[in-house]
Amino acid sequence: MQIKDNDISARLQQQVKSAINNKKPLCIQGGKSKLFFGNRFDAELLDLSEHTGIISYEPTELCITVRAGTKLSELEALLSENNQILPFEPPHYLFKDKDGNIHDTATIGGAIATGISGPRRAYTGSARDAILGVEIINGDGEIVSFGGQVMKNVAGYDLSRLMVRSQGTLGILLSVSIKLLPKPANDLTLSFDATQDQALAVFQALRVQQLPITASVWYDNTISLRLSASEAILKTSHTRLNNFLNEKFPTLSSAKQNTDQMSFWQEIRDHTHPFFTQTDKPIWRLSVPPATQSISQTDDALAQKDDNIEPNQLIEWGGAQRWIRSRTPANIIHNLAQSHGGYASFFYNKGADDETFPALAPELFKIHQQLKRKMDPQGIFNPNKMYQGL
Amino acid sequence: MHLDSNTKDALLNQLKQIVAANYLLTSKEDLTPYECDGLSAYQRLPVAVVLPDTIEQVQKIVQACSQLKVPIVARGAGTGLSGGALPHEGGIILGLSRFNKILSIDTNNLTSVVQPGVRNLAITEAARPHGLYYAPDPSSQIACSIGGNVAENAGGVHCLKYGLTVQNIQQIKIVTIDGTLLTLGSETFDTPGYDLLALMTGSEGMLGIIVEIVVKLLPKPHAVKVLMASFDKVEDAGNAVADIIAEGIIPAGLEMMDKPAIHAAEAFAKANYPLDAAAILLCELDGDEDQLEEQVIVVEKTLKHAKASKIVIATSAEDQAKLWAGRKSAFPAVGRLSPDYYCMDGTIPRKQIAYVLQKISELSEHYDLRVANVFHAGDGNLHPLILYDANIEGELKTAERFGADILELCVKVGGSITGEHGVGHEKIDQMCVQFSPAELTQFFAVKSAFDPDSLLNPGKAIPTLHRCAELGAMHVHNGELPHPEIPRF
Repeated sequence: MQIKDNDISARLQQQVKSAINNKKPLCIQGGKSKLFFGNRFDAELLDLSEHTGIISYEPTELCITVRAGTKLSELEALLSENNQILPFEPPHYLFKDKDGNIHDTATIGGAIATGISGPRRAYTGSARDAILGVEIINGDGEIVSFGGQVMKNVAGYDLSRLMVRSQGTLGILLSVSIKLLPKPANDLTLSFDATQDQALAVFQALRVQQLPITASVWYDNTISLRLSASEAILKTSHTRLNNFLNEKFPTLSSAKQNTDQMSFWQEIRDHTHPFFTQTDKPIWRLSVPPATQSISQTDDALAQKDDNIEPNQLIEWGGAQRWIRSRTPANIIHNLAQSHGGYASFFYNKGADDETFPALAPELFKIHQQLKRKMDPQGIFNPNKMYQGL
Repeated sequence: MHLDSNTKDALLNQLKQIVAANYLLTSKEDLTPYECDGLSAYQRLPVAVVLPDTIEQVQKIVQACSQLKVPIVARGAGTGLSGGALPHEGGIILGLSRFNKILSIDTNNLTSVVQPGVRNLAITEAARPHGLYYAPDPSSQIACSIGGNVAENAGGVHCLKYGLTVQNIQQIKIVTIDGTLLTLGSETFDTPGYDLLALMTGSEGMLGIIVEIVVKLLPKPHAVKVLMASFDKVEDAGNAVADIIAEGIIPAGLEMMDKPAIHAAEAFAKANYPLDAAAILLCELDGDEDQLEEQVIVVEKTLKHAKASKIVIATSAEDQAKLWAGRKSAFPAVGRLSPDYYCMDGTIPRKQIAYVLQKISELSEHYDLRVANVFHAGDGNLHPLILYDANIEGELKTAERFGADILELCVKVGGSITGEHGVGHEKIDQMCVQFSPAELTQFFAVKSAFDPDSLLNPGKAIPTLHRCAELGAMHVHNGELPHPEIPRF
């Protein structure tokens, strides 16, 4: 895999410095695949998509340092050639241009800045778990680095992890160093029928079984599990899973191999699965403690009539991530998520004024504002994208 | 730096209202046990030691100190190795040892809510009946407390596979300098807003006081195997580490010891270590039994190919414990060779192991001080133990210079001055080598967002630009000095 080596950091730094001098905010953009995520705001474009290339990569160090504009598709292809993967399986989502054409342009910078992790998250960790170091342009227009290329590094505050999920509001990511994992030799997807309650009970029981599970989904009364290991281990694991189901969940049928597995997990990861595309209903992401009971059946707020006709929930991460399609008002969804010890974010089919993220407690928001003011004194990095006033 | 007597009286009067008299220590005899942490080369007496046991008391204590501008140094079990809990002469020690309760264990979500003074090992002991454990295992785990683990982002021997403290906690409650109680993180896999949980982890008590922690628990692996490989050349052992990882295997633990460390450990623990080897590797694999069997075959083959002269596979728990006993007793074992030793904590890219060991041995000759090396080789975290005698005048200083050279070497080869012990008081000068003035300025900006008057553990972890300039160790990037407007002496 050839990735274009193109360092435009000097040009980017110049643009940031002039934005600081003129107090003109910047809208930081990579592959445009996650433009929908966060609030809209007016600002001059800072385009990172040409800032590409591998700065260092030695597979045996289990670490890669890569420029932020590098496409995820290219990065993953390179890692795959070396039998390695990004542990957090970042969603690409896709960029749809104004003619309706779809582009796989998602960048590693966008994946880190939004901190969104994919199907593997519950089993091998998140984007923030995998980050080892960053190089950024800070609020003074300086190029600075934090963290590094080694697993263990506790010198100074952990500003590299702080950058993950900060939605570009604290600095411009120029490059990132990420911990890698060996790529499992094979994947096997196993599916079986289950109601939502049964699915949550199965996920619960599987948490302490030591099967090589790397992804889980419940949708349309079917559980799908992805197992990743050598051919021989997958075979014994399949048998172990069925024995376990037989013993603990005798009413469930045994798990069968699903053959179009590659495209299925990619659809789940990138939200091209019909659950996400074939609806005009608002789509919410609920992040809840994994053992949280079945949400739609216990809460009248979501038990709408059409729940019986089309499946309006898709559950991932062994229960910790739940996608809900619902026209229920935002405040009710937020309260519902909170009542389960979690939170809701508004993903798709939002109105122009709908915010993506739930409000923070006032004393917590105050600390966010103080930190933002210190790290971005002129308020030029993606202002209001995450929260109004931040 | 000392507290004037009016402020001191006002402070003590206020503290008396908050905690019972026996939990407010002020006499010299009572304060002396708190004069240092695990880095005993540095000692200072604080003005007072306060030992609250409720969050409300902590809030009131912090508010009192905040109003009177009195520095606060938080302290857990005091086992830290970098002087992070070294007292401030004009401040108080806020001891959290009475926060020693495990509040709950959630066997459905695999978490546990604990107070900061709970010992690391006590969490695993409480979780064991449920088939669960807490993964980070710093060598002091029998004594060190979880609040300190979070403050220092503690590691251990299983970090390559299971991560450091930051990857193994989900939520903390902190008291900020104005006395506000904040919850950071959540019991879910992510939380809206900035990742302040990560920022707080490893911040060495400089951004807030940790008063409650939700840790993640893991199911205990079904099986464990330990392999020991001997090598005639240190270089071969270093290469073997990379080869194992190249095979797509992530060992639970991968430790390396050099000849002096092997000899010391063997004399102490009788672990059957090969005394003729230049280095040994200990490789622990864990997981499901089938997967494990497959991995043992691959690792054994890889080690042979990497020129291991001898390989021992310990399958019984007893044999495994014996092999680990040598490694785990390496520090006290080395302690028998010399009146004093100085434990370093740099990290390096794995490929640099052989080169760095060679350089360390050259430095050992240069300074005429012996050194024994134990490594968390899997994650490139080295612990050279420099042997010296504090009773010989100047030898501590020589040992410290030797140590500083090692840390600078780590930075030079692309590593870090500290992998798991923290910067604290000890490595503050080496921070000037690892970070540029612009980077240090950024750290101060973060600090001031949380603690504008710099009352939380002042003087630790982040050196002032002034200090770096005086040291002559200013890191200059591309020949430009950032912030030319700031005076430097």
